[in-house]
Amino acid sequence: MNLIFEQSVAGRRGVKLPVSDVPVKAVLPSRYLRACAAQWPEVSELDVVRHFTRLSQRNFSVDANFYPLGSCTMKYNPKFTEKVAGMSGFADLHPLLPQLKGGEKYAQGALEVLYECERWLCAITGMKAYTMQPLAGAHGELTGIMLMAAYHKAKGNTKKKFVIVPDSAHGTNPASAAVAGYSIISVPSDKRGVMDLEKLKGVLTDEVAGLMMTCPDTHGVFNPQIDEIARLIHSVDGIMYYDGANLNAILGRARPGDLGFDVVHLNLHKTFATPHGGGGPGSGPVGVSGKLEPFLPVSRVMKRSDGVFALNYDYPDSIGYIASFYGAFGIILRAYAYMLILGREGLKQTADHAVLNANYLLHKLKPYYQVAFDRVCMHECLFSASRQLERGVHAIDIAKFLIDRNIHPPTVYFPLTVKEAIMIEPTETESRATLDEFAAAMIEAAALVKSSPDVFHSFPATMPISRPDEVKAAREMKVNFFARPDAR
Amino acid sequence: MNPYIANTPEDVRLMLEAVGARSIDDLFVDIQPRHAPRSFDLPEGLSEYEVVRHLNDLSLKNMVGPVPFIGGGYYDHYVPAACQALIARGEFYTAYTPYQPECAQGTLQALFEFQSCICALTGMDVANASLYEGGTALYEAMMMALRITGRNRVVIDSGVSPIYRKILKSYTHSLNIEFIETPVLHGQGDRSAINKVLDGATAAVILQNPNFFGAIDDHADIAAKAHACGALLIESVYPVSLGLLKTPAEMGADIVTGEGQSLGLPLNFGGPYLGFIAARKKYIRQMPGRIVGETVDAQGRRCFVNTLQAREQHIRREKATSNICTNVALCATQAAIFMSLVGKEGLKDLAQLNCDKAEFLKSRLAMIKGVEVKRSSPTFNEFTVCLSRSANDVVERMMMRGFAAGFPLGRYYDGMDNYLLIAVTEKRTRAELDGYAKALEEVLRA
Repeated sequence: MNLIFEQSVAGRRGVKLPVSDVPVKAVLPSRYLRACAAQWPEVSELDVVRHFTRLSQRNFSVDANFYPLGSCTMKYNPKFTEKVAGMSGFADLHPLLPQLKGGEKYAQGALEVLYECERWLCAITGMKAYTMQPLAGAHGELTGIMLMAAYHKAKGNTKKKFVIVPDSAHGTNPASAAVAGYSIISVPSDKRGVMDLEKLKGVLTDEVAGLMMTCPDTHGVFNPQIDEIARLIHSVDGIMYYDGANLNAILGRARPGDLGFDVVHLNLHKTFATPHGGGGPGSGPVGVSGKLEPFLPVSRVMKRSDGVFALNYDYPDSIGYIASFYGAFGIILRAYAYMLILGREGLKQTADHAVLNANYLLHKLKPYYQVAFDRVCMHECLFSASRQLERGVHAIDIAKFLIDRNIHPPTVYFPLTVKEAIMIEPTETESRATLDEFAAAMIEAAALVKSSPDVFHSFPATMPISRPDEVKAAREMKVNFFARPDAR
Repeated sequence: MNPYIANTPEDVRLMLEAVGARSIDDLFVDIQPRHAPRSFDLPEGLSEYEVVRHLNDLSLKNMVGPVPFIGGGYYDHYVPAACQALIARGEFYTAYTPYQPECAQGTLQALFEFQSCICALTGMDVANASLYEGGTALYEAMMMALRITGRNRVVIDSGVSPIYRKILKSYTHSLNIEFIETPVLHGQGDRSAINKVLDGATAAVILQNPNFFGAIDDHADIAAKAHACGALLIESVYPVSLGLLKTPAEMGADIVTGEGQSLGLPLNFGGPYLGFIAARKKYIRQMPGRIVGETVDAQGRRCFVNTLQAREQHIRREKATSNICTNVALCATQAAIFMSLVGKEGLKDLAQLNCDKAEFLKSRLAMIKGVEVKRSSPTFNEFTVCLSRSANDVVERMMMRGFAAGFPLGRYYDGMDNYLLIAVTEKRTRAELDGYAKALEEVLRA
């Protein structure tokens, strides 16, 4: 398909600007001006609309396809939340308005949304306070680790050097801890798929600043010994960090705060149904227990005794600013709307059906694929394509087969603990019929592996492109249409 | 009742039977009674109409009525309807990170076009597929410079957004990074102050154009000095201004970042926004975040993939260049649509229109007693005035006359309580500009 630049025709315009109604034509000194115009395309509005409509048709999406991408919680995104986010009183509100003197009165509705959203998340996760500022899950992680560091620093504890992560952790966990200046200790999982408690005891010293984990973890398992892990970490004054990627599984069934976690990040784009947008914008609010609350980023939203919502910057121990404003407000708004419509029971049903759907697929597929850990699963079920590999077919080949069935593949090759991993998270919003169709496709793939394994390398065959040459992309690094051959 | 769950009681019965469980509770066997929530104290759910009505009521408690003259890096530009219409396609907004390129060419090509438009705008060789927002993008640029040079000192001009400077300080607090802020002189970066601290230990000089006061500058001389010391020049820029202004590449910048809100995104009370980062080609491997690259498929057809993933956390874990996972792909797509609609000539005209309207207001305000327009440097569409009384009070009174008159600089700069930062976009009409001048005159006379 053509690039928009290749459709460019000199003199075409895609938007009609106002005619100047002021009697001034500003002339800036030439040394401040660019030599030639930016090569943005010259196209009509229809050119643009048709181009981007056609591009959109080259995507799989939750709206059009089953999308059981493990660990990403690709649930349905309710349409009404888009309507709410588009309301002019929110969409056109300037973020500096409440920073005017007495300016909170201009943004009472927006500040109330932030305040109430924090209170809902406190109740859902059992934490004392939240900051809505982090702009993605990984940003929340970094914020959480900075809070951990501030806590140790405030206690004058200079020994803390290490953050423990399980080997099944998302890559962002060790990366976030490293960016904040910590060294990483990785602890392996045992045969049952949970963190090996003896190995954990073996690395536990008073140099351990904290432990980061998802719960349930990326093996789809809720660790029944979680309270013991929290006790161990707290025994060296370590901080328990909860990666909220998998919160969807335990809504109303368990709360990180009650399980012993001190700091939590959530992914509103997972659990709270905000759209994934082709890779963001996300939103990664961070909740804390009382001992970390003094360190939360500023500003914080407060409700004054007269009922007025206000921004408060007066927290001397705060880690400071972690983003320009109050969070991905438009995303927070969607999540808040979702919480309001579901309420207490609706949230609990979410976890129930997410777990039921995953277990249903686990049982349907168990006869055909190697189960990673043979036990009841939570919101996702984890397989290995090890049996298929014996016939030369990899997890990625099965993924490409599914694309030809109009199904977005599950997550493959993650977690790293399982060879040829296939990680399936159906979410609560899918029907039994959809799960049956998916299972049928997976079973068909398993049969095809047995009868004609060689055909797999030609999949997908029905998409606009076949498998891309990723090596060439990395070698040539062509990331800009206008790249000059002599660029250095 | 949960309207987003399809399973009926009959489905649940059949599924439990297949699984071999008596009840859904059986599936939660690993969550033992001692793990149960101490409370789950939340209201019952509302109907869709009730939620929409409640949130509409809240939206009306916000003040979007006064004619906006507040900028500070976030501007009230017009967003063409086609931007929102296209971005509202579920195929874009309900997709995820393009892990499987064969069924994600739409997102991937849109991001490649976004990267190319950012390169064209800034004059740089390479750009990534977006970062969270302008402030955190500047932090990533600084970290990039520290990695590239292996040094630990950063020199930053006070004309860089005070909000961004606060962000950089928070992140570098625990990382043993020396952070030197140099003053502003006559509205522009103070050369002698910068030169005094610039040496072989400096990783980067960070500047902004136009700066927070609205002043435009040419930083080519600072780039040359920085390069002579082996330091990099990082520029934070306002995209619309680059319709007219000298590009960071022409000035000799090594890394360029900015806030892309002005590229077709609503103000949204602070987010989601759009950070961008562009650089010279030789620094691409130190660039954080997702990068889309061109390649071919098995049949030789052009296509696009996430590339250079060996930098990233899902491969490198604690050795990655950044902890960033996903960015703001949908905002970048929206910006790509905006940049395509506006086009090459449209951008020039848009920038000129912004500049003309601001110059007109500036000339009107200069005639008012009690207003001193700062004229030491040229400006683009935002400028600073010194008032005869507290800018806070003036803004409050202007609000009662229907104008969000600007941003008082005393909020972030000591001793500038009478200074007001005023932004003018293409949306402001002659009548609004005249009305503003008249209202300000009245307020200052009162």
